[in-house]
Amino acid sequence: MSRKMNNQEEFRRDAEVSACRLIRHPEETQEQKLHSGKNKLIVNISPHLHKDESVSKIMWMVVISLIPAGIAGVIIFGLEALQVILLGVVSALVAECVIQLLTKRRITVLDGSAFLTGLLLAYNLPPKVPFWLPIVGSFFAVAIGKQVFGGLGQNIFNPALVGRVFLMASWPKHMTAFTKPLTYDAVTSATPLAVLKEGRVLEHVSNWNLFWGIRGGCIGEVCIFALILGALLLFIRGYISWHIPITYTVVVGLFTYIFGTKGLFSGDWLFHILSGGLILGAFFMATDYVTSPLTRKGQIIFGVGCGLITAIIRLWGGYPEGVSYAILMMNAATPIIDRYTKSRIYGTR
Amino acid sequence: MKKYFSEFLKGIIKENPTFVLVLGLCPTLAVSTSVTNGVGMGIAATFVLLGSNMIVAMIKNIVPDRIRIPCFIVVIATFVTIAEMTMKAYSPALDRALGIYVPLIVVNCIVLGRAEAYAQKQTVLNSLFDGLGMGVGFTLALILISAIREALGTGKILGFTLAHKFEPAFVLGMPSGALLVIGLLLGFFNVLKGKRE
Repeated sequence: MSRKMNNQEEFRRDAEVSACRLIRHPEETQEQKLHSGKNKLIVNISPHLHKDESVSKIMWMVVISLIPAGIAGVIIFGLEALQVILLGVVSALVAECVIQLLTKRRITVLDGSAFLTGLLLAYNLPPKVPFWLPIVGSFFAVAIGKQVFGGLGQNIFNPALVGRVFLMASWPKHMTAFTKPLTYDAVTSATPLAVLKEGRVLEHVSNWNLFWGIRGGCIGEVCIFALILGALLLFIRGYISWHIPITYTVVVGLFTYIFGTKGLFSGDWLFHILSGGLILGAFFMATDYVTSPLTRKGQIIFGVGCGLITAIIRLWGGYPEGVSYAILMMNAATPIIDRYTKSRIYGTR
Repeated sequence: MKKYFSEFLKGIIKENPTFVLVLGLCPTLAVSTSVTNGVGMGIAATFVLLGSNMIVAMIKNIVPDRIRIPCFIVVIATFVTIAEMTMKAYSPALDRALGIYVPLIVVNCIVLGRAEAYAQKQTVLNSLFDGLGMGVGFTLALILISAIREALGTGKILGFTLAHKFEPAFVLGMPSGALLVIGLLLGFFNVLKGKRE
């Protein structure tokens, strides 16, 4: 996390400018406030500007923004969904704690990153999985996805997606057994994308139902309304910018519209945007600070790449859904993107 | 005698070809899906190592330096062919399971590595024990990796079911699972090594 943070980057630039003039910024630190009564001019070493942000605050904010989608998932799929979410979160916290104890590192369970990983992983699971699946997935996500690389900020891939892909490759039977929405019974149903992939016309789900989440799918991905509500919160607070999620969504829409099933420029783009895990992936997982590019230009490349890979997997690939693979592949490309979009330092060539 | 024994022993732990020298990963990734395959591959490689190390140590003085690699390859290929034909004749099922990876022992970097780095500078007996140690070390590493992969990936060991309720993780039977297991074991042994030093 320390590697990047866009608002922080801008901030640092501002700080350098104002440091020369020693002006006071309205957002002062607690320490400065204490002194402000007697001393108007403070001479200290940089950084001179502080923002009341921290890694854990941003993490917990993302967790809060994901809560509506979780509530929607529990309403749509029943209390089993809640059980999966709780198991995922608790085992991610336990895994983080155990590994940091074993490797004798500082225990940072409460910084929210493990909580977020467990939560995102659970949101990516079908509601009726056996109880051990979220536990194994969370352990794998935290241990192999993050701690093996050295902990938060060092991981190459989004840990939650690493966990999901591991579960998908290990127990595909459980990971593709979706239940019918709003029945609270063990009635299985395919996701709209799987129906499309197999070319069946079993049940038509209207776009309106897709928007509210009345369809088969993973716990956190179904209710687009709740996801957008959460994403708006992150936009307003400035924690995510439009660059990755919007380009991602637009490219998927554009691509699926151009290469429709009934010939060029006839695709059902709205269906592709609203179904599957696109919104959850684009707004909450592709925007992960650690694993996405630093610069605006890089973020746009990242979003376009994710969109292209997702659309290609959905239209011609072997799987009905490609969001998790697309994001992981672009995660792998992030260091290269960062290298070639590095902003020029003023005064150098 | 003690000297030969230490030559033999170093290939098993201190200079284990898979976990310390990190050589010959291609066959390790490919054939470690079951313990039977692992043992078969290990024995074949041990035989080739023994033979090639011995012959290379014998001919080291008559081989011109500039063409030593082709000469070594001819020696190695001879033993690989013997191993492959023997396997085809006496255990066709294992031969089918290992497939292309038996002939590929020719380019296995453990075999050429030992010829180049050890046998061409050492006496015949030393090279013989070195080859045996390296072969046994490679076999043990293969057994370890393939036991983990077979147990967790299929729920069986040597064909016997371990637990009926257990649902195996398919990913460990796939190449990605091999990379995972080898990576974690490498890390584990590095931690152990760091502790001892």
